[in-house]
Amino acid sequence: MAFTYGQLVSGGVGKQLATTLGLPRPARLRRHQLGGSLVPGAVLVAGHGDAPVAERVRHLLEDAGVQVASLPSTSVVGVVLDLTAIETPADLETLRSVLGPALRTLAPTGRVIVVGRPPEGTGSVSQAAARRSLEGVVRSVGKEMRAGGTANLVLVDDGADAGVDATVRFLLSGRSAYVSGQVFHVGRPVGELVAPADWDQPLAGKVAVVTGAARGIGAAIADTLARDGATIIAVDVPAAGGPLAEVANRLSGTALQLDVTAEDAGARIVEHAQARHGGFDIVVHNAGITRDKLLANTDADRWDAVLQVNLLSILRMNEALVPAIREGGHIVHISSIAGIAGNRGQSHYAASKAGVIGMTQALAADDAVLAKGITVNAVAPGFIETEMTAAVPFATREIGRLTNSLSQGGQPVDVAETIGYFAWDANRAVTGNVVRVCGQMLLGA
Amino acid sequence: MTPASPRRAAVLGGNRIPFARQFGPYAKASNQDMFTAALEGLVARHGLAGERLGEVVGGAVIKHSRDFNLTREAVLGSSLAPQTTAYDVQQACGTGLENAILVSNKIKLGQIESGIAGGVDTSSDAPIMVSEKLRRKLLRLNRGRTTLDMAKGVLAIRPGDIGIETPANTEPRTGLSMGEHMAITAKKWGITREAQDQLAAASHQNLAAAYDRGFFDDLMTSYLGLAKDQNLRPDSSVEKLAALRPVFGKGENATMTAGNSTPLTDGASAVLLGSEEWAAEHHLPVQAWFVDGEVAAVDYVHGDEGLLMAPAYAVPRLLARNGLTLQDFDYYEIHEAFASTVLSTLKAWEDEEFCTERLGLEKPLGPIDRSRLNVNGSSLAAGHPFAATGGRIVATLAKMLHEKGPGSRGLISICAAGGQGVVAILEGA
Repeated sequence: MAFTYGQLVSGGVGKQLATTLGLPRPARLRRHQLGGSLVPGAVLVAGHGDAPVAERVRHLLEDAGVQVASLPSTSVVGVVLDLTAIETPADLETLRSVLGPALRTLAPTGRVIVVGRPPEGTGSVSQAAARRSLEGVVRSVGKEMRAGGTANLVLVDDGADAGVDATVRFLLSGRSAYVSGQVFHVGRPVGELVAPADWDQPLAGKVAVVTGAARGIGAAIADTLARDGATIIAVDVPAAGGPLAEVANRLSGTALQLDVTAEDAGARIVEHAQARHGGFDIVVHNAGITRDKLLANTDADRWDAVLQVNLLSILRMNEALVPAIREGGHIVHISSIAGIAGNRGQSHYAASKAGVIGMTQALAADDAVLAKGITVNAVAPGFIETEMTAAVPFATREIGRLTNSLSQGGQPVDVAETIGYFAWDANRAVTGNVVRVCGQMLLGA
Repeated sequence: MTPASPRRAAVLGGNRIPFARQFGPYAKASNQDMFTAALEGLVARHGLAGERLGEVVGGAVIKHSRDFNLTREAVLGSSLAPQTTAYDVQQACGTGLENAILVSNKIKLGQIESGIAGGVDTSSDAPIMVSEKLRRKLLRLNRGRTTLDMAKGVLAIRPGDIGIETPANTEPRTGLSMGEHMAITAKKWGITREAQDQLAAASHQNLAAAYDRGFFDDLMTSYLGLAKDQNLRPDSSVEKLAALRPVFGKGENATMTAGNSTPLTDGASAVLLGSEEWAAEHHLPVQAWFVDGEVAAVDYVHGDEGLLMAPAYAVPRLLARNGLTLQDFDYYEIHEAFASTVLSTLKAWEDEEFCTERLGLEKPLGPIDRSRLNVNGSSLAAGHPFAATGGRIVATLAKMLHEKGPGSRGLISICAAGGQGVVAILEGA
């Protein structure tokens, strides 16, 4: 094992030094366990005014066997605050008076979920201001959270409250361990919201296509979707055939070797999925490459390779996949922090990953996609511990690990869990979202 | 007439690891490692993890004595259900195709519903034997019960006994290498250097083109960093091959070079076969039907026939049984042990004297359309890990016939050491 800052400050002199100097000490995050509880303790549910979402959440938690607290004085592991009814910035006092005290006693790996309405959804200037304030508060709370806690904002459209359950469930659970400081948007569902018979198998009976599945984040996505019940079609280039076969075999799925940039890649995926599995419900476009170089030194081949694999191939494949995916299916793209914040030496990569965001939002709103009830979302990973990031020089790597609210890099499974959440049939009210899995990285926030 | 068959055996797909040159990337891989890798790729491609198949038949020509249960061990190391039975076959270079005949026969008879036929060979991780004298003395030493027995045993070993033997590509009964045997046949049939080099160049060019269009995407699984056959030279040409010095034969008749002979290679292959019902239950499209197979042997020991000419005898018997002529095929897969093997065989089939006197036919089998021969390359380019070649060819041909369409036909011909030849007919589905 290479030396890491996280190990240094986890015990002994390093721990003392870090505590004395007030240096960040990464906490062990709470991650989803098969058969584990939704959330290990009581959840405080409160709100402003009639708080309709709070009422839903109380029922959801009671059904899931989670104790609901209604007083800030009780020590809890999560806080759900319904501020959908606030009218002016003065109403934000509710947030301070409930959340402030609760934060003092919040258990480790705690969760803060603030629910509001989109600022664009009101004609009142004062209400728009108040609604927008929530984002500032939540992003700040995310940075104030201790011991692996996270804070996220969920904006729910008027009349779309029924769709909030999946997101609240995801954010309270260990599945969202590395997701913090994010804004989720819940709209009117594009199809029927269907809760799974068993929340440990939310993808039971589904067929999922995962590209770039041979290793790294792609293999973790395949593992995670299979753990949640999906049958996996693992796709990667022929040169990665050996490790791809390992993934497919350990998950009892099938391996499909192809280059995603091939003209007929989409058609071949469709053919394989239909012949071998009778169709498919989920597509995760994970395959991607980096060819880092300053723009001044980037030739046309290098530029083209990155854009072909990371963006153009997905546009092409979706033309074949959208008509073939089952109704109510889910498409997930992978963007990147670099696509949001930009990165030195990654102009082409950032172009492709920012393009993914544009593609995600436009495809989610596409008539053909809406008609089939398909959701289209993207995750934007931050610093994730993979073979690729292990090869990054020491200082750059440690900066990547530490410059986020959780003071650590994320695991491939963290990215995979968010993708799994996008693929739930209970989650058809979330589409066109780009969620960062970055531990609230300082870059591009 | 086609023999009445209770039911048909389907070729459902194949997999191989890229073939590596001797002492290349697979230098430290054992036969078991390589065959397991070939099986794992096949299992992954067809979603067979945890599945109990009827049987897996494999084998290797060059085999360690510890690998007595090579195929069964590979199955146990794979993702197939451990209840899948397995056995080894060894019929020299014909092993892989013979295994496909065995599995398809059991499927046709209803004894099994599915099976994998394959083979593997390493020329790098070869077994080493001590000299015969030393072996006997060591066995005696091992039998010794007392210290005195053992001391006597040790003292009995003389410096001259010490020596190791590696497996050689030599016929035990003639002492001639396969290349030397082939040189005799090539001379007899007047096979020119130029014709051999043309065939070799075409093999490389065809294989390279097949890779370029992604033909092998679903026939191969990368292994130990190798994603393409290491022996492949896409820029091979008749001009470049002409520059090589002959290595077999003598004088003007020395036409066989390292370029138009297959090199020693390491690799493994596996083919999935099944009944029509099993294929449908497992949502596996049928690529081709394994119609029939035939094996012939010749007396090369007394010089009656060339060592590698047995397929020339097996094919007409197979054609007669199936009511077909040599021209009734869309593709011909003739294993390129040497370029001159293919050319001698084709020439024999066109030769009136050979066909009437040797084969007992009324007229020659006639020429084939050479544009249908080894169209995606063969052993000269891909390499030839002995027992793995049959699986490579069956899987490749089945895919070609599937692309060509139902009713298309392909002929496989593989020569083998010991003067044997294994041939088969596949039909597109």
